[in-house]
Amino acid sequence: MIRLEGVSKEYAAGRPAVDNLTLEAATGEITVLVGPSGCGKTTSLRMINRMIEPTSGRILIDGRDTARVPAATLRRDIGYVIQHAGLFPHRTVLHNVMTVPRLNGWGRARAEARAREVLEMVGLPGDFGRRYPGQLSGGQQQRVGVARALASDPSVILMDEPFSAVDPVAREGLQDDILRLQAELGTTIVLVTHDIDEAIKLGHRVAVLRQGGVLAQFSSPADLLAHPADDFVADFVGRDRGYRALSFQHADVPVHPEEPVRLGQPLGRRSEEWLLAVDDGSRPQGWVVPAEVGEGPVRVEHLHRAGTVAPVDGALRALLDAALSSPSGRGVVVRDGVLAGTVRAQEVLSVIQQAPRPDGASIQGPESASATGQRP
Amino acid sequence: MIATIWAWLSDPTNWAGAGGIPAQSLEHLRLSLIALLAAALVAVPIGLYVGHTGRGRVVLVNVVSAFRAIPSLGVLFIAALLLLPHLRGNLAFELPSLIVLAVLGIPPILSGVYAGIEQVDPAARDAARGMGMTGWQRLWQVEVPCALPLICSGLRSSMMQIIATATIAAVVGLGGLGRFLIDGQANRKYDEMAGGAILVALLALVVDIVFSLVQRAVVSPGLASRGRT
Amino acid sequence: MTLLGTDLGEVAEFAAQHAYLAGVPLVLGLLISLPLGWLALRRRWLYPPVIAGTGLLYTIPSLALFVLLPGILGTQILDPVNVVVAMTLYTIALLTRTVADGLGSVPDHVRQAATAMGYGPVRRFFAVELPLAVPVVSAGLRVAAVSNVSIVSVAALIGVSQLGLLFTDGFSRSAMGPIVVGVLACVLLAVLFDLLILAVTRVLTPWLRAVRA
Repeated sequence: MIRLEGVSKEYAAGRPAVDNLTLEAATGEITVLVGPSGCGKTTSLRMINRMIEPTSGRILIDGRDTARVPAATLRRDIGYVIQHAGLFPHRTVLHNVMTVPRLNGWGRARAEARAREVLEMVGLPGDFGRRYPGQLSGGQQQRVGVARALASDPSVILMDEPFSAVDPVAREGLQDDILRLQAELGTTIVLVTHDIDEAIKLGHRVAVLRQGGVLAQFSSPADLLAHPADDFVADFVGRDRGYRALSFQHADVPVHPEEPVRLGQPLGRRSEEWLLAVDDGSRPQGWVVPAEVGEGPVRVEHLHRAGTVAPVDGALRALLDAALSSPSGRGVVVRDGVLAGTVRAQEVLSVIQQAPRPDGASIQGPESASATGQRP
Repeated sequence: MIATIWAWLSDPTNWAGAGGIPAQSLEHLRLSLIALLAAALVAVPIGLYVGHTGRGRVVLVNVVSAFRAIPSLGVLFIAALLLLPHLRGNLAFELPSLIVLAVLGIPPILSGVYAGIEQVDPAARDAARGMGMTGWQRLWQVEVPCALPLICSGLRSSMMQIIATATIAAVVGLGGLGRFLIDGQANRKYDEMAGGAILVALLALVVDIVFSLVQRAVVSPGLASRGRT
Repeated sequence: MTLLGTDLGEVAEFAAQHAYLAGVPLVLGLLISLPLGWLALRRRWLYPPVIAGTGLLYTIPSLALFVLLPGILGTQILDPVNVVVAMTLYTIALLTRTVADGLGSVPDHVRQAATAMGYGPVRRFFAVELPLAVPVVSAGLRVAAVSNVSIVSVAALIGVSQLGLLFTDGFSRSAMGPIVVGVLACVLLAVLFDLLILAVTRVLTPWLRAVRA
């Protein structure tokens, strides 16, 4: 657990960058610091590994006061990922990743084996190790940056705007990988971003900071969307938050049986309606219009792929989206990829109507630690 | 014209003995390397300090450009006039010139080392600090290797400056290829002057090529696209 | 009037000759470097040979160049033309790369916007690329100016008249005065060149002042 106790940082007297911040980042969770520029989120993060020394207050990691640990020693136990990756251009990818294990006194062979292992984990196997950072794309460089932070298997990783400099497609992939790796390894992560969507996607708990380094709200993403503490947070969280909050709500929605047609076989019946096509394993493939198929077998060219598919126990947002995006008005739901039936928008909406509003008005500060966030 | 120069260059008597072409070439090289080493001993630590800490950069930048304005011939004569009366033997001919060579060799190295360290990607420096490298480790494992292309080109231009000034220093009695130019002029022998000039240009060229090969060997291929000299 | 036993009228005469020998090559070198640097930038395959080739010029020690040029040009060894040509070569050596890098530092979007508005390559060069490259080229020119002033004095060894003659004269008489005066005059001249280039740059780049103000 990382605990900031009344931490302040003043660069110029009387103008705090961070003002009396008290915050707890729970072990094994992703805690996100989010806010507009000038809110002191990066300063707060960098005080944890003493890249910046606080003007007052204490920072404890697992009960140990960081001020009592030599800065370099402290940092070697904490993974660190920054915006532009900051890879060493003169070292190969493999040697970049080996850096911290080597600093920690590991032998060359052991460090190299570990580096290959973590590179594999972030999706950069084999040959990538021999390349230089200059030969990689921005997204790949940031993967190496993550691998480098993971290399010595730290229990805490700090991430400062790790994905804001990569293109949107690569960013999504990196976010998914961080979620997967964090779930696998149980690492405690503190992440800074200015992007509220990223905060909601990645954070178990999200701390919203306002200008001058004041904590505005600290709660689970669902809670943040449902109960913004004040106008500033509401404004920052942005539009569509009612809809986005459905990402965190789960409820039973009536599932109707669906009689599908099989790809590669004739329809076998007459219908004016859209029909759902599945493959041999009963996995939904798309919708067909019977008139377009005619007498022959259903072929891939006949498929309309407009609809999204939701897991049967998915969040209400996914179920509603499946229903709304389906050309037939019937939202496809699956269990382990296999067709489970369809849902109707009307019925999802009435479930939403009846469901209790997410409650537990958010409490500022670390006392709200009991409110566990739900993974989107 | 070319024939007389060629005749001088190919005359075996000019290749023999202590004042011959091979001996003077080696002497020129020896003196230049000593001066370069002395200049580097002073310039590299200062450049590293200023680059690493960022302290004193304004002073450094101004000193380097001020040095460039000082005419090397003038300081050679000043050093010779000041020191010659106090020195005996070989030292009297070498030391004043060597001091001037070394001093004039300092600015290019200084600005190369400083600029090299300064231009290291701030993100890489930040990452190095964040992963727990000490000041020394950052300097030697990250900053110096990344600065090597510019450090090397600083050393190269320092060496060129030194070789050129060593040629002039023949006028205050220094050995080396400059002797042919100065003595040739004193004896009104243009073939000797021109031959010496060709030799000294060749020496500079060869040394520069050797330095560039060394640079290629020591600089990481990961930096190849940057800091071309 | 004398200073440290040196006739200041003579110093002024030497200084004028010195300024000519260092200044004219600066202008000539700039005029030659501009097309060379532009070519090296526009034709990528020309960059390495042009930059390496001009760079090699700088490895030739000045005294060697002063001695060799009469043989190549067919001039007398005392002819100041040798010095002008040699200094022009050094200026080209220093400036070509700077010009290429300076023109290269013009942002691509600016260049493309100029093209999109209908500038041809030549007009675009003079109307957009060259003005924007002025700060970088000017920095290179300042280095070349200062080093030219220093190198010209070496020509005293082959007897070409300028401030360097104060050095040889003083040394032959074991008199420190003229040498010190010569060094001071050289430094002063270098500073004047530097200020002149700075002033011209300021006039040519009003947008930089506007931003700073």
